[in-house]
Amino acid sequence: IMSLFGEVPQATPVAVFKVTNDFKEDPNPKKVNLGVGAYRTDEGQPWVLPVVKKVEKIIVADDSLNHEYLPILGLPEFRSSASKIALGEDSPAIQENRVGAVQCLGGTGALKIGAEFLRRWYNGNNNTRTPVYVSAPTWENHNAVFVNAGFEDVRPYKYWDAEKRGLDLSGFLGDLESAPKHSIFVLHACAHNPTGTDPTHVEWMQVAEVMKRRKLFVFFDSAYQGFASGCLDKDAWAVRYFITQGFEMFCAQSFSKNFGLYNERVGNLTIVARDPDNLKRVLSQMEKIVRVTWSNPPSQGARLVAVTLNNPELFSEWKDNVKTMADRVLSMRASLRAKLEALETPGTWDHITQQIGMFSFTGLNPNQVEYLIKEKSIYLMASGRINMCGLTTKNIDYVAESIHESVVNVQ
Amino acid sequence: MALLKSSKIISTVGVYPPLGAFSIRASSWWSEVQMGPPDPILGVSEAYKRDTNPKKINLGVGAYRDDQGKPFVLSCVRKAEAQIAAKKLDKEYLAIGGLGDFNKACAKLALGDDNEVIKSGRNITVQTISGTGSLRIGANFLSRFHTEAREVYLPTPSWGNHTPIFRDAGMQLKAYTYYDPKTCGFDFQGALNDISKIPAKSVIMLHACAHNPTGVDPRPEQWKEIAELVKKRNLLVFFDMAYQGFASGDIDRDAWAVRYFIEQGHNILLSQSFAKNMGLYGERVGGFTVVCKDAEEAKRVESQLKILIRPIYSNPPMNGARIAATILNTPDLYKEWLGEVHGMANRIITMRELLVANLKKEGSTKNWQHVIDQIGMFCFTGLKPEQVERLTKEFSVYMTKDGRISMAGVTSGNVGYLAQGIHSVTK
Repeated sequence: IMSLFGEVPQATPVAVFKVTNDFKEDPNPKKVNLGVGAYRTDEGQPWVLPVVKKVEKIIVADDSLNHEYLPILGLPEFRSSASKIALGEDSPAIQENRVGAVQCLGGTGALKIGAEFLRRWYNGNNNTRTPVYVSAPTWENHNAVFVNAGFEDVRPYKYWDAEKRGLDLSGFLGDLESAPKHSIFVLHACAHNPTGTDPTHVEWMQVAEVMKRRKLFVFFDSAYQGFASGCLDKDAWAVRYFITQGFEMFCAQSFSKNFGLYNERVGNLTIVARDPDNLKRVLSQMEKIVRVTWSNPPSQGARLVAVTLNNPELFSEWKDNVKTMADRVLSMRASLRAKLEALETPGTWDHITQQIGMFSFTGLNPNQVEYLIKEKSIYLMASGRINMCGLTTKNIDYVAESIHESVVNVQ
Repeated sequence: MALLKSSKIISTVGVYPPLGAFSIRASSWWSEVQMGPPDPILGVSEAYKRDTNPKKINLGVGAYRDDQGKPFVLSCVRKAEAQIAAKKLDKEYLAIGGLGDFNKACAKLALGDDNEVIKSGRNITVQTISGTGSLRIGANFLSRFHTEAREVYLPTPSWGNHTPIFRDAGMQLKAYTYYDPKTCGFDFQGALNDISKIPAKSVIMLHACAHNPTGVDPRPEQWKEIAELVKKRNLLVFFDMAYQGFASGDIDRDAWAVRYFIEQGHNILLSQSFAKNMGLYGERVGGFTVVCKDAEEAKRVESQLKILIRPIYSNPPMNGARIAATILNTPDLYKEWLGEVHGMANRIITMRELLVANLKKEGSTKNWQHVIDQIGMFCFTGLKPEQVERLTKEFSVYMTKDGRISMAGVTSGNVGYLAQGIHSVTK
């Protein structure tokens, strides 16, 4: 019988996973993986946060817990405490009962549910032609999330200035000014992926001013809260500022990195509405979307986070764990920059310490990247993005020397 | 621009400028968003919760309960969890297609250990977000790649969420006769008649066992005829198997139809859930399988499934899949699991028998044989909406309007009262 799937083409693999795959297969003992964005200790190992281990034991010991279905929108105590993390304990919006949330499968899931809602209910019903703007560059999955949610017009907004290795503010503001009214903008709350370049407070204020005036929709992607500066509140400044400016908005939160819960898929779509009535209707429609996607979300990870956030001691311990991770990244940044400067590697390297969060846009070109991969078994993204967490005190000399070589020898 | 030159730069965390000259917009982006209709099944549970009658019974919920009416965490699950905790594993992302050990074991469970399909590598099985997630991935896959036919035929009735899932994925929904309200049984001839008219290459959804919501399953010889007719009509078969083990208590028996169809040459799509048979409801454990022509095609299909999954949730949750994989791959845990599934199915079967016995004791002269003949968690009682309403109002028995009850909510403690109520509204 002819197969119904005879015409299904082989899809190209997702780049970031391919990098890790290739790394795994490389026999070179000096190999370094600077690809996928997961935290590593100085021994190059994954790190299950001490507070997570503690809470897991608490959960296992609790006989009253079972594996019953969560509500469609998720674990209530997770949703509310997660939103508080983003918006602040004393957020007026929360006090006004106009903040709601949907527990989702990771940050991806939160973006997905938010995108599906917007496609159905924003800017007219089922208006698939509303432009969605994502930064140039951005996390490679942003595009696919919105396209697959049905949006026909996903476009880049200027963001990274490759020449000055920093934010292209005038380009960004220019795109905000020229975007059709009601366009949706995906903003990185902090620790921009992949560039590590965030707007300053003043620059955020300018962005907000244009967005308000031109009635653009604010969709924050917050995957690294706590990871950028080591301080949760500092990293949430932009999100909270926009709320003071009266925006209704979505904020897709991920607890993959700041809780190290990558594979438990813990995310939260925080919704800030004008008032409780609008919020209620929005949440009722969110339920419909969730029901045809995954029915209800996984309980383990949400429980872990909820227990932690709702217990003062555990919460405090978590914040320390987050700071530990952020501090190690900061020290690797300082170290890499110092070594490159000591080697007198051509070019300027202060962007390494100016950039924020897990990633650094090194500025290496594709040929240099290829050199590092092929000749040095140092794996990074074709864009020149490196995961700072892949650096350790043991491999940083090798990496610095190799970068030096690639810059000197390869054009 | 004045802002840039101003010396009043915000520098302290937590200090914000006051709301500016722009007054708060009275309108909202969401003014036109309608209130979504309440979920019919959840609504039942909500109403049950509000009821203060001490004798109230919740027969809406599709989750297993023990004879005390409590959720049941399987012993093999607790053991698996303890084993996993002792291993001190990390929490790194799973692959997009999920945990390999789980996927292999999941396929083996459905298809049988030495199934030729698995041996030849011509199936692709990916971990999904329980049964719903599996159906959704399948629906998305069909929508993107099964372009020659856009119609999915569901049995009448079917699980309420089937329709919105396929519709949201862009498929069109049609139906084939299935349940016979006159007999509270399978309308075999009706089904064959309808299936014989389904256009070639359409997708036909079959419930592998323990049909939801009716509990009515075809007998093996009926499955054989259906398989032959479906082959003749050249239809694409999509099996939904959410209750393997739960129906008869025997996992091989419950998978018989799936295995038979494959044997007969159908390259099926298959959704599996471990919510009920392992009690892992909230952990969201499921699998989606495509049986392909050969291993090469399976690889191509796999690559496309990943492309579908990534923009929804990137990769699936670990916890439940690890528990399921541990149970399936550890001989004594597996054996224990089979025993516990058997136990759950047995309790249901016992409740069915008790309910009928009690109805007879009450003096009911109606034919309640279907309560015993039907299989799995649900029973289509045959009660009409007005009778259901009375049962709820007068007896605080909560169920869906279509007359469906979850046998899992019946206990030796409440079956007598339930029989009283049912008899009262049907005599």
